[in-house]
Amino acid sequence: MADEPLVLGIETSCDETGVGIVRGTTLLADAVASSVNDHARFGGVVPEIASRAHLEAMVPTIQRALDTAGIKGSDLDGIAVTAGPGLAGALLVGVSAAKAYAWALDKPLYGVNHLASHICVDQLEHGRLPQPTMALLVSGGHSSLLLSADITTDIRPLGATIDDAAGEAFDKIARVLGLGFPGGPVVDRMARDGDPKAIRFPRGLSGPKDPEYDFSFSGLKTAVARWVEGKRRAGETVPVADVAASFQEAVTDVLTRKAVKACKDNGVDHLMIGGGVAANSRLREMAQQRCDKAGIVLRVPRPGLCTDNGAMVAALGSEMVWRDRAPSSFDLSADSSLPVTEVSVPHTDLHAAAHEALR
Amino acid sequence: MLLLAFDTATPAVTAAVHDGTQVLAEAHQVDARRHGELLLPSIDRVLREAGVDKHALTGIAVGVGPGPYTGLRVGLVTAATLGHALGLPVHGVCTLDAIAHQAEVAGPFTVATDARRKEVYWASYDADKRRTAGPDVAKAAELTPEPVAVGAGALLYPESFPQVTGPEHVSAGWLADYAAQELRAGRELLPNVPLYLRRPDAQVPAGYKAVLPA
Ligand SMILES: [Zn+2]
Repeated sequence: MADEPLVLGIETSCDETGVGIVRGTTLLADAVASSVNDHARFGGVVPEIASRAHLEAMVPTIQRALDTAGIKGSDLDGIAVTAGPGLAGALLVGVSAAKAYAWALDKPLYGVNHLASHICVDQLEHGRLPQPTMALLVSGGHSSLLLSADITTDIRPLGATIDDAAGEAFDKIARVLGLGFPGGPVVDRMARDGDPKAIRFPRGLSGPKDPEYDFSFSGLKTAVARWVEGKRRAGETVPVADVAASFQEAVTDVLTRKAVKACKDNGVDHLMIGGGVAANSRLREMAQQRCDKAGIVLRVPRPGLCTDNGAMVAALGSEMVWRDRAPSSFDLSADSSLPVTEVSVPHTDLHAAAHEALR
Repeated sequence: MLLLAFDTATPAVTAAVHDGTQVLAEAHQVDARRHGELLLPSIDRVLREAGVDKHALTGIAVGVGPGPYTGLRVGLVTAATLGHALGLPVHGVCTLDAIAHQAEVAGPFTVATDARRKEVYWASYDADKRRTAGPDVAKAAELTPEPVAVGAGALLYPESFPQVTGPEHVSAGWLADYAAQELRAGRELLPNVPLYLRRPDAQVPAGYKAVLPA
């Protein structure tokens, strides 16, 4: 629909410089420049390397997105940007760029929450989200169960990891097995040739007295490392595929069981899974089986939209414009620990707020 | 000529509008931790005060450091994006050169700004303010600067810089004035690329740590 808001979104919370352009719930461009290869030899994202790469990639990535969408900056109805959570220095590059772009073009600016964007991106794939939506967000930086009554204003955290994020556990296990960084895709690949029942690794926080919606992957990670070291010490070959498959099974078992339980307990009939780990083939498969069995509709965006990108920010920005939510002011700051309950960072300027109220 | 100038390479967040001969408006706030919040509102304010429409600008001058990276990048990415959106050329100026341009010193002098970790970003100039050494980063104690020094980095280390004079931080008005002078003379300014001078802090982790006791 041509009258739906046309919004450009900028994402720089970690190592991907993402610029997306969205009209309503239609994806027009998703340009991403990644510095992942520069981090690989460090076994994790190095903040200063990521920030330097964002600065270099920003304008070329904006241009690429505009070219792909076939629009001019002046056609836009708004600019959205990840205000947090994420790496402070990396976020600041995107926030500064978005402010400059919005100001130069006289467009409203929307500072939005990275986690909310991960949920909203599914609108580009499966249309507007039902209300409420249950979301399982799993990536290298976050693992949480979120209940959203309105994706632009109301997100309630039900549970989260108490130690490592799910994606972090994949990275660490890849390291134990000597498979390189990032761990998610390579563990997924190795696991395809392994037996997920070969080794029974522990399921964290799954006891009757444990918090029902929280996660823990640190114990699992240690258990896998112990098992592998034990084999190595005994001079035996490590069955890498079986270890990968059994580890992956333990992670996806806990994630999907708790997500389905959260849906049932809260009477929600839709489950959305987002974040980089949502690209994991076993997680998608197991979630589909368990949702089918429970009568829950599963919504998982394609892998390219699950990882960090600008389109997800644009998707939420477009929804903000569509629902007439308040924009941010030009003193918007990057907030590395922005709570998920703050879906956006509206302007604090009282004069502007009063003006807005009088409209 | 109608230049918008700003710099975020020192604790000052400073912005100015310059018409090629004089400064029309300038804003200056010292807050090393809030470059990101303060810069764009400052830019908006100086244009209003100068009565200049952003579409009438002919170019952007930005301090490209050296300076602490996180703040420095705020200025550079803002310049790059504004330049892109408004179709303006972006002229980079070494921040230390802009401070030297403002300094009132008779003989040779050294400009030093705070690089943290007991180090300073520095450059030396002759009596005609031509840069003779630097820009570079070094431990203050290991430098042999000119007899007179300028800048907040010099004030921090009196043993290394016994004679210090103003200004402490860079001023966007003077930075714009320097850029205007160079452009009038037909000289090239710097590209909009940060003068980091140091490699990123990053260490390759030492192998994988065993969890079983040795
Ligand atoms: Zn993410």
